[in-house]
This record gives sequence, structure tokens and C-alpha cells, in this order.
Amino acid sequence: MPLTVRGRTAGRRGAARRPIAAATGALLLLIAACGSDPAPSGADNDAAGQPGAIVSLSPTATEMLFAIGAGDQVVAVDDRSDYPEQAPVTDLSGYTPNVEAVLGYDPDLVVTNADTGDLVAGLRRAGVETLILPAARTLDDTYAQLEQLGAATGHLAEAAALVAAVRTEIDTIVADLPDRDAPLRYYHELDNTYYTVTDDTYLGEIYAMLGLRSIATGGDGYPQLSAEFVLDQNPDVIFLADGQCCGVTPEAVAARAGWGELAAVREGRVFTLDEDIASRWGPRVVDLVREVARLVNPVPAVRPTS
Amino acid sequence: MIASPARRALVVACAVLALVVAVFVSILVGPAGLTPRGVLLDMADQLPYVRVESGLTPRQQAILWKIRMPRIVLGALVGAMLALAGAAYQGVFRNPLADPYLLGVSSGAGLGATLAIVFGAAAGFAGVPVAAFVGGLLAVGATYTLGRTVGGVRSEVVVILAGVAVAAFANAAQTFFMQLHDDTLRQVYSWMLGRLATDGWTEVLVVLPYVVATAAVIVAHRRTLDVMAVGDVEAASLGIDPARVRLLLVCVATLGTAAVVAAGGLIGFVGIVVPHAVRLLVGHGHRLLLPLSLIAGAAFLVVADVAARTLMAPAELPIGVVTAAVGAPFFLLVLRRSRGVS
Repeated sequence: MPLTVRGRTAGRRGAARRPIAAATGALLLLIAACGSDPAPSGADNDAAGQPGAIVSLSPTATEMLFAIGAGDQVVAVDDRSDYPEQAPVTDLSGYTPNVEAVLGYDPDLVVTNADTGDLVAGLRRAGVETLILPAARTLDDTYAQLEQLGAATGHLAEAAALVAAVRTEIDTIVADLPDRDAPLRYYHELDNTYYTVTDDTYLGEIYAMLGLRSIATGGDGYPQLSAEFVLDQNPDVIFLADGQCCGVTPEAVAARAGWGELAAVREGRVFTLDEDIASRWGPRVVDLVREVARLVNPVPAVRPTS
Repeated sequence: MIASPARRALVVACAVLALVVAVFVSILVGPAGLTPRGVLLDMADQLPYVRVESGLTPRQQAILWKIRMPRIVLGALVGAMLALAGAAYQGVFRNPLADPYLLGVSSGAGLGATLAIVFGAAAGFAGVPVAAFVGGLLAVGATYTLGRTVGGVRSEVVVILAGVAVAAFANAAQTFFMQLHDDTLRQVYSWMLGRLATDGWTEVLVVLPYVVATAAVIVAHRRTLDVMAVGDVEAASLGIDPARVRLLLVCVATLGTAAVVAAGGLIGFVGIVVPHAVRLLVGHGHRLLLPLSLIAGAAFLVVADVAARTLMAPAELPIGVVTAAVGAPFFLLVLRRSRGVS
């Protein structure tokens, strides 16, 4: 059912909460584009075969582009791309993309996470290449996408170096994990209607790497749980990825009817995550790994009796 | 079908029994594996002068009393209200196809509630029923006016077509506002599909006064509706003002619908399945139809929620999907019958 899919997508991507900034950005960019910048002529690429003008319609792709040093080639990003700060935010929608609006920026390459509404065919008719980088299922997908993007933008070496650095740091964090007899069991809250992730997702894999197991199964990776089930499972830790979307705080969780009985609430192990980082699969995944490890490493190795 | 007092009492007793059984099954079933014995003992423990050790942990007691119970009570209230409102609309419009969902009331209320969620986050939950009521009332007004202009008040199908058009318009407007504010998208979708999620007893306490008051008014008019079923002229000759009664009952039924829609989301077809099933059993007289629809509606939604909670456990199934799966085929049956008669 399309509704479910949309709901899920809405949760994975972080929401830009800066419409005014986006509009201002778009305006500035438009002025800049009209005024002073004749260099990236849309129709052809420069000598090295690098696309001179890239439009990103995916917040994750935007982060990847800037991380591999292709930021200078990016002429426009969608309204959800709020990182890094120098990204040229426009009012383009990556969610309901409009081919004409995208072509208005005269791109050589468009990067997006899904072929929504025949975007690819429309762009191809105008002679514009599209690179689709769908939501990653594993960390290896992230690495592969970084390298793919590096190859497509002429920054392969930088992409490879970045992948190596991320791998190394994650390996170090994992190696420094404390020993536990049993994995900690977590509940990762995507929104305030109790959508969550299972082990069989991108986030679930990262948690598993850090010695954590989801209380949830099934639901195609993103099931909606009932409060009853969460209470029954009594997770050791709760991660909130809905502070920005839904204003959920550890205090609000403790105030929910019955949730005060949870071990995680009583022991103060309800943690708020940056939901942008926790919903994208870009280079900042290393920040997520570091943050989760920092939060759970002090948790006693022996599980408290529930 | 004429019901003797004994038969009438028997039917009501059966309905109450069905509701009690549904509630008990619902209390015993859920994704958290509480043992039936523990649940029953813990419930007995709540009775005055009874002290038994249920063996439930405080966490399991919280599941039972703060999560499962309020949800069941909310389900019963929502089901009762939707079924009663459906029966009232059918009586008022003398239209067997009338239903809060099909008249556009639910969609109008949905639009109102969406606007309240999107623009009035500060207003909190209490503001949502009011916005839903205004939306629902506007929608039913539009449906009725449109249906009347086009096909005359007696054309059943035209009123429903008008309702479908109004509902489509309200849904389109709702989608528009959701797209405009797509950070609230998931919240609104989740609510639209219908979900009896509660935060303790809060929702129950918000909805309860609306349901009690509107149900009392509707049931009090059961004899008036019987007279009006004969015809407006006959009703007027008995001192009833049909237009006034019609307006009052539509307002009241819409208010009740709006309150439960605000709490439970768009749960369709309850208002058509339940009253028609009741009519099959006891005939068309409103004296029995209204109270029975109330009880049976409560039982129906409690059972539907058991399915919603358990079919895909531990994941939840939106309850609106369950009622539509049962209700849509039933609606087609009713449609066939009503076309055959007229």
C-alpha cells in the first residue's frame, strides 16, 4: 500500500525545518545563477569528463557529494538537504520531484534516491544523466554508493579515502566495545506512533554491530508496534529518533501511561538521537556509530532482571 | 417483524452477552503474553473485599490497566458511536445506505482534524474534536444539499454519490495540506487509517462525554424516528416537526462521530454493517434498533481491534483496514438489496 511506503520514507529522511532559509537560499542561488556564474555550461562536461553542474534531490546524496569533495560542482540541492551548511538549498522537492524545476538548474547530473514520477525518463529526454542511490540496506551499500558517486563526479580517489577512513574508525569503535554475555535489547522509536526498526535493516545492522538487538521483528523491517508489546519486551535501552519530528523527549516517554515501569526508563537509559543522522545512510553514519557506542558502553554488561 | 416483549428482552440480553464476551476475549488477547489466569486474578483483585495474588509483575499490570483496558474501552465507545450515528443517519434521511463514512462526515471530520493537527499543534488534543465536528457538519450539509438539488431527497443513491464527491473533495484538500506540511505526514496518515492507540485513559475521558450525551439524545428520539419513517406529513399531523428533528439528530450524530473520529481516526463501514445486521435480526423499529446498534457496534469494534492487534503481531494492523475488509462486501450486499426494493 502506497500509504505505508510513504510513511516509512517520511521517517527515514530527516525533515528540513527551515522553509524560510530554503526559500532564501533558492533566491540567492537564482540571483547567482542569473548574474555572475557562466562557467558550468549545462550541456557538456568539462575536459576531465566531470559533470560541471550536479543537482542532488536526496539529503544523503548531498552529504556524500560534499564529503567526497564534489561540493563545488553541486548547483542545487532539495529542500530537505540541510547538511552541510554550505549546500545550496533550494525549494526543489526530492519527494515529489518536478522535472522542469530540476532542469531549471541546467544540471549535467542529477542524484536522487528513487525514480519518483518518471523523473529519470524525463531527465533523459532532456539529455541529463541520473544516478539513483536508494536507501542503503547495509554499511557496504553506503561504501559502494560513495565510490559510485566518486566515479561519477571525478572524485574516486577522495571517495576511496573517505570509505577507508570511515571503515577504520568504525572498526576501532567496534573493537573497543565492552564484552557482554547477552546483547542489549533496544527499541528505536521512529515516530510517536511506535514505528521501529528490526535487526534486518540498515540501522538494525549498525546496532547489531554494536552488540544490540531490536525487540521488533517482521513488518518488512519497519513494523509499527503497540505500546503493549514494547512494555512486554522491556527493552534495555530506548533510542528516540523522533525528537525533531514529534517532540518526543525522555521525559515524555517516562510520562506515557505504563511506560514508567520500563527498565530503560527507570535506569535512565532513554536516549535522544539526531534523527537526521539516524535516518540517512551517508558519511555521517560514523557519527551515529560513535554516539550509540558512547551511550551504551557504560551500560552494565549484566542485564538487570526485569 | 413484530417483537414480543419477551423476544425483545432476549435479543437485548444476547447483544449484551456478546459485548461482554467480546470484551473478555479482548482483555485476554494481545501481543504481550499475559496468562489468562493472571489477568483474571488481577481483575478479581481489583474488586472490593477481594485479595488475591495474580502473579503479574507491575509492568504486566501496567500493560493490562494502562494500555489494554483503555484501548478496549475506547474501541467500544468508538464502535457504539459510529453504529448509532449510522442508524440515526439512516433513519433521518430514510436512506439505508447512509453512514458517517459514506455521507462524507468522516472525511470532513478528517479534514478538520488534519487542519487542527497541521496548523494547531499548540491547541493540543482537545481542539481536534471541535475542528473535526465543524468539518463533519460542513461535509454532511454539503452532501445533503447537493443530493437534494440533484436528485430530490428520496433518491438514496444520489445522496450517497454526493457524499462520495464531498468525501473525495475533503480527502483531496486533506492531502494538499499534508503535502504542504509533510513533516506531519506520517502522523496524519497513521491517524487516517484508524488506530485505537491510547495514552492511558486520556482519550477515553475526552470522548466519553460526547458519546454519552449524543447517544442519549439519539436514543431518546427512537419513537420519533419510527413515526418519521412513515412520512413527514404523518409525523407533522402527530405534532412532530420533522425538519427540526432532522436538523437536531444530524447535528448530534455528527458531533458524536466527530469526537470518535478525532480519537480513533477514519474507521469506516461500522455505521452501515452494524445497523443492517441488527435490522436483519429485529426489523426496522427504532425502539430496538438504536439501543441494539449501540451495543452491537461496541462489540463489533472490540472484536475488530482484536484482529488488528493480533493478525500481524507484534506489528499492528490499522483497524480501519479490518472494518473495511468486512464492511465493503457487506455494503455491496445492502446496496443490492436496497436497489431490489426501490
